[in-house]
Amino acid sequence: MSPVSYDLNRADVRPDEIQEDRWTLNFGPQHPATHTTLRLVLEVEGERIVGCTPDIGFLHSGFEKLAEHLDYNQYVVVTDRMNYVSPIANNIAWHAACEKLLGIEITPRCKAIRTICAELARIQDHLVCAACTGLDLGGLTAFLYGFNARETIYDLFEALTGARFTVSYTRVGGLAQDIPPGWVEKARDFVRNVLPPALKDVEALLLRNRIFIERVKGVGVISHDDAINWSLTGPIARGSGVRRDLRKDEPYLCYEDDWDRQGADAVEFKVPVAYGGDVLSRFLVRLEECRQSASIIEQMLERIPAGPINVLADEKTTLPSKREIYFSIEGVIHHFQKIMTNRGLEPPVGEAYAANETANGELGFFLASDGGRAAYRARCRPPSFINYQVFPAAIVGHQISDVPAVLNSLNIIAAELDR
Amino acid sequence: MATADAVQALQERFPDLGIEPRPLMRYLNGKPSDQLWVRVPADRLLEVLTFLRDDERTKFEALADLGGIDYLNYPDAEDRFAVIYNLLSHTHGHRLWVKVFVNDPDPEIPSATSVWKGAEWPEREVFDMFGIRFPGHPDLRRILMPQNFVDYPLRKDYPLHGKGEREAFEVLTRDSA
Amino acid sequence: MELNRSTNETGGEFAATRLDYVVDMVKKHGINWARRNSLWPMPFATACCGIELMATGASRYDVARFGSEAMRFTPRQCDLLICAGRVVMKMLPVLQKIYIQMTEPKWVISMGACASTGGVFDTYAVVQGIDQFVPVDVYVPGCPPRPETLIEGIMAVQRIVAEDGVKTSKERGRGLGLVVQPPRQPVQLGTGFEQ
Repeated sequence: MSPVSYDLNRADVRPDEIQEDRWTLNFGPQHPATHTTLRLVLEVEGERIVGCTPDIGFLHSGFEKLAEHLDYNQYVVVTDRMNYVSPIANNIAWHAACEKLLGIEITPRCKAIRTICAELARIQDHLVCAACTGLDLGGLTAFLYGFNARETIYDLFEALTGARFTVSYTRVGGLAQDIPPGWVEKARDFVRNVLPPALKDVEALLLRNRIFIERVKGVGVISHDDAINWSLTGPIARGSGVRRDLRKDEPYLCYEDDWDRQGADAVEFKVPVAYGGDVLSRFLVRLEECRQSASIIEQMLERIPAGPINVLADEKTTLPSKREIYFSIEGVIHHFQKIMTNRGLEPPVGEAYAANETANGELGFFLASDGGRAAYRARCRPPSFINYQVFPAAIVGHQISDVPAVLNSLNIIAAELDR
Repeated sequence: MATADAVQALQERFPDLGIEPRPLMRYLNGKPSDQLWVRVPADRLLEVLTFLRDDERTKFEALADLGGIDYLNYPDAEDRFAVIYNLLSHTHGHRLWVKVFVNDPDPEIPSATSVWKGAEWPEREVFDMFGIRFPGHPDLRRILMPQNFVDYPLRKDYPLHGKGEREAFEVLTRDSA
Repeated sequence: MELNRSTNETGGEFAATRLDYVVDMVKKHGINWARRNSLWPMPFATACCGIELMATGASRYDVARFGSEAMRFTPRQCDLLICAGRVVMKMLPVLQKIYIQMTEPKWVISMGACASTGGVFDTYAVVQGIDQFVPVDVYVPGCPPRPETLIEGIMAVQRIVAEDGVKTSKERGRGLGLVVQPPRQPVQLGTGFEQ
């Protein structure tokens, strides 16, 4: 095959007529303020932006095609690399969809641990986003404070799963392993003693800084109706006054009443909503969500029920425990039944959709199964992709220096954007 | 108000389409899942979607997701492609899946961007990945793959490892740079 | 250390030799020493590895201890390209363009499994190892590598600078091609195996 060169210059500028005092500015794909690989083609009049065409796909790696070739347990490794700022939330969302497809209900202990992990992931994600808001506007110190607290979350995940952040923790119908001894105390120490000072520091550094406030207030406004019409979810929609949170509206895991089927109450938390619709509102929503998540974690740490983490193995939907594999012939047979390439889980023919509220919004998976060991089609509903559509509408009319602020407040994760 | 009411409203408004709600999934124990889908022909799609967005009983203000699927090797499939609209109502809090089936050659579905702005990029993605065209779309170009790419990667007849596109680049050596 | 000029013991040219000695030292070791302890990386962060790259720069791992904290986002000011994350078809021309723009001498670290081999993404869109299209000096394994491993990678580049000296890429040819590995004892095989 002869070499093909994908010429950057002839790429994807919309052929609008370009007037004389207008000029085109290329932004990215390798640019510090985009954090990852995005490209914007901006049309500017002086410093004012009059047109914006995002060009994406610089990290398109064929996730959805890969899902058709890996089985339901293997693909969790790939979901780690989807929203790599909070990987465990993707694991949980993926296996929520798999379990919906197979019709499994997971055990109460597993639900509690997954809830804690999902909230830790939310804190992890929001910390990066909030800290980087400062970084992008020229204040490096807030970034260091935010990342310091994040390292403690990495430690927690490392103790739990063995990996710093590509954790691959969940399995169909359960988890890879139980929480280690002493982990609950460490997690409690984190939400009580590490997170609050870090949030306070970030807040004190940024929110009482007049330069910061003037650069984020009233910038990148998205109205309530626009937010709904553009299908926005997560903190971006809530920053525009849309009161919707899947944890309350379509409850799952421990956000639902009677989650242990013995009458346990759902966890208590509030959904923060701001009405400004600008960068500042989204920043404030994120900070408050961190606090709410910390309170959820603290409640759940007291309430982790005893019992198995996997659904019963005789249902033949989960992998057997390692102990069973090593010490019983049935365990070995069962294990091979599940992991060999010509066997595996066999869900019925049909389709299922399950969505979780992750840090960026509704992360859903639409799975179609033809009865085989791998999904026939695994459509991901990536929040970053859907949220990023609104960017041209939000940035037009602002200055070039507002681009990093608005971009950061949408918290675009390129791997989730392009998949 | 449950999804069943929304489907009933749809049936009353469009009696000629023969809309019947079906569960997305029927489990091994015979239980249907709680998620419903309806089949809508491509030429009446916009009418149906506008009705679903505006009617008091349905009120699907948002398009949560839009995705394509290639039913080439699927058991008992009649049509090749489908586009699946995942509708979400903020008012009533329910969801409905609308499927539109199209076939080779020249699969075409009217664009839903006039109903929901949020359909713009997902439609471009479906065009990029499956080659389904959306007449009426403001800016239908490839979105994830390079503009001069020719195949449609998520079609079932496209191999996972590609057709050698990932190897066809100029090699930069220390001597040449 | 070997000097190619006579030293002061031979007598005669003391002053000139002393100057030569200094010049030689600076040429041979001083510039390399200074250069290897102030490598300015160009963070070509595309995916997950970029987050570990950020963590490497943040407080706990503090890559400033190795003189590489001055991340410059313009390729013309950098001498170390850290390619962190998978590179796909649409991104590869950008990587090549950035490599060409960097001034000599320059080194390249391929960070993580995806950049080195394609990793888990053996799909139509992902380039299976950037070393097919761009010269690479050091491969850092891991998915993603821990910050310690990346720091070891940067130290490997420092060793290359110390050994290779300041040469342009053309002069260096294929390079040493170091792979960073966690230090471990060689495996002792039993009797009956060829060592």
